[in-house]
Amino acid sequence: MNTPAIELRGASARMGGQLVWSDVELVVRRGEFVAVLGSNGSGKSTLLKAILGLVDTEPGTVRVLGGEPGGANREIGYLPQRHGFGGSLALRGVDLVRLGLDGARWGLPSPLGARGALSRRAKARVGEVIELVGAGDYAERTLSELSGGEQQRILIAQALVRRPRILMLDEPLDSLDLPNQAAVSALVQRICRAENVAVLLVAHDVNPLLEYLDQVIYLAGGRALQGPVERVITSAKLSELYGAPIEVLRSSDGRLVVVGQPEAPHVHGPRHG
Amino acid sequence: MGNPTLSWNLVDDVNRLLEYQFMVNALEAGTIVAVMAGVVGWYMVLRRQSFAGHTIAVMAFPGASGAALAGVPAALGYYLACGIAALTIGRAGGSSARGRGAESAAIGVVQVAGLAAGFLFLSLYSGVLEQLQTLLFGTFLGIDSGQVLTLLVVAVVVLGVLAVVGRPLLLATLDPEVARARGVPVGALDAGFLLVLGLAVAATSQITGALLVFALLVAPAAAAQALTPRPGRSLVLSVVFALLVMWAGLGVSYFSIYPLGFFVTSFAFGLYVLAQLARHARGRFAGDGPGAAPGALSDVLPHEPGPARTM
Repeated sequence: MNTPAIELRGASARMGGQLVWSDVELVVRRGEFVAVLGSNGSGKSTLLKAILGLVDTEPGTVRVLGGEPGGANREIGYLPQRHGFGGSLALRGVDLVRLGLDGARWGLPSPLGARGALSRRAKARVGEVIELVGAGDYAERTLSELSGGEQQRILIAQALVRRPRILMLDEPLDSLDLPNQAAVSALVQRICRAENVAVLLVAHDVNPLLEYLDQVIYLAGGRALQGPVERVITSAKLSELYGAPIEVLRSSDGRLVVVGQPEAPHVHGPRHG
Repeated sequence: MGNPTLSWNLVDDVNRLLEYQFMVNALEAGTIVAVMAGVVGWYMVLRRQSFAGHTIAVMAFPGASGAALAGVPAALGYYLACGIAALTIGRAGGSSARGRGAESAAIGVVQVAGLAAGFLFLSLYSGVLEQLQTLLFGTFLGIDSGQVLTLLVVAVVVLGVLAVVGRPLLLATLDPEVARARGVPVGALDAGFLLVLGLAVAATSQITGALLVFALLVAPAAAAQALTPRPGRSLVLSVVFALLVMWAGLGVSYFSIYPLGFFVTSFAFGLYVLAQLARHARGRFAGDGPGAAPGALSDVLPHEPGPARTM
């Protein structure tokens, strides 16, 4: 319990030979809900990939659940940025969640390969996690028939189905309308507490998350800053991080507006922050 | 064998058909090929690799003409040419969006190179390649027991491999990023599937002909996937459809003067059209659009502009 779920010490990340960020110090514990913020190209998705062990992080150390990154990926529920499904098969929600449960195991595609008690247990677990995210009414329908918010719940169920100790969601709020952004944020917080998982959620906008978050990680200028929202998202801290004057304004309803942030110079593409 | 005519007594027809050893061989070979094509084609359609499959099928032409030139059995030429094409396409590809684009261009180049090589071999051979028509359009005549045995071995290998990698291959197909994060060797599976496809295509094209492999690889799988979104069910359905098409094609072409390839292709096409009609009809009755409309999730996620970014 005392070992942090995720710990980065002086870590740096390279993508295609280029340094994305360096000297990053982070600690995320179980049961903590942390948002990863920053502009396009600041390395938010790269941070998730580093934790999965898919990116070189030398020099420095990355510890995931007390071990090397990549060693504990079975314990990580990962929802990549905007699932790009390559298949032409329309898939039902339950089948997608089932793929999350046993899709990586060798054998015949489920349910062809499974029978008996094991199959019943798998089915029960899939049903349970679908209820947990509140997708029971539409999980039997194909994904193409679902709204963006409904799809996002199914995808979160897929990431959760193996009872992970770490949940990493890459821009799950992107392309949702405001009520759905709030609903999904509340759902993620509830799961974070109830299942005692460490949650890293990559977002463009912190506002829909404000009342649910424990901490934020702000990536900019090749470095990262971690802490509670009110200590990190301030004019002084962000100006220091960007190395340029930044102003943080708070509207009367508590929303934060960041003015003057420059886009990072090396943008890999609009969808690969 | 005279000119057999089709009567309305189906049992009698089938009995007459099984009197000949070549017909028994053809049915055995056709059954093996249909099961294999139903399964491999299901993955191929799901992975949107029909173009790769078609190109590998075209390789039967340089394979057979090259084999004739070298004086080795045609089957060996099929397997070699299809295998080389599968490896080449696999090296050019990748599962990223950019990789897929580069892959389709590379596939086109491989196809043209294969056709050119085939014509060169044919000219160099200078003799008449008797089986050219057979090669392109298939035959059910003259399949000997040795060929049936070879097909059986290939099918056991292909289906055995898919029985082991089937589930992670499905995950890698639908959700490569999650698969990679979970430690599934996505790159190796991509390359491995193309090789399996190459084997299956080489075997199938010996019965259906190089041009008509597609009738068995694409149509049953596409029809099955249009009818149900459930992976298990549509995979089984794909095999059933391939078997129906093959048996019906063999049966009818025995009683007819027209080639096997024509019937197999027509039945496969008819099945596909029926499946699409059924899908639309069901969508109409359900009142909420096609029940199992194919479409990638990335195509259907809403793209309306989000709220103004404040950070």
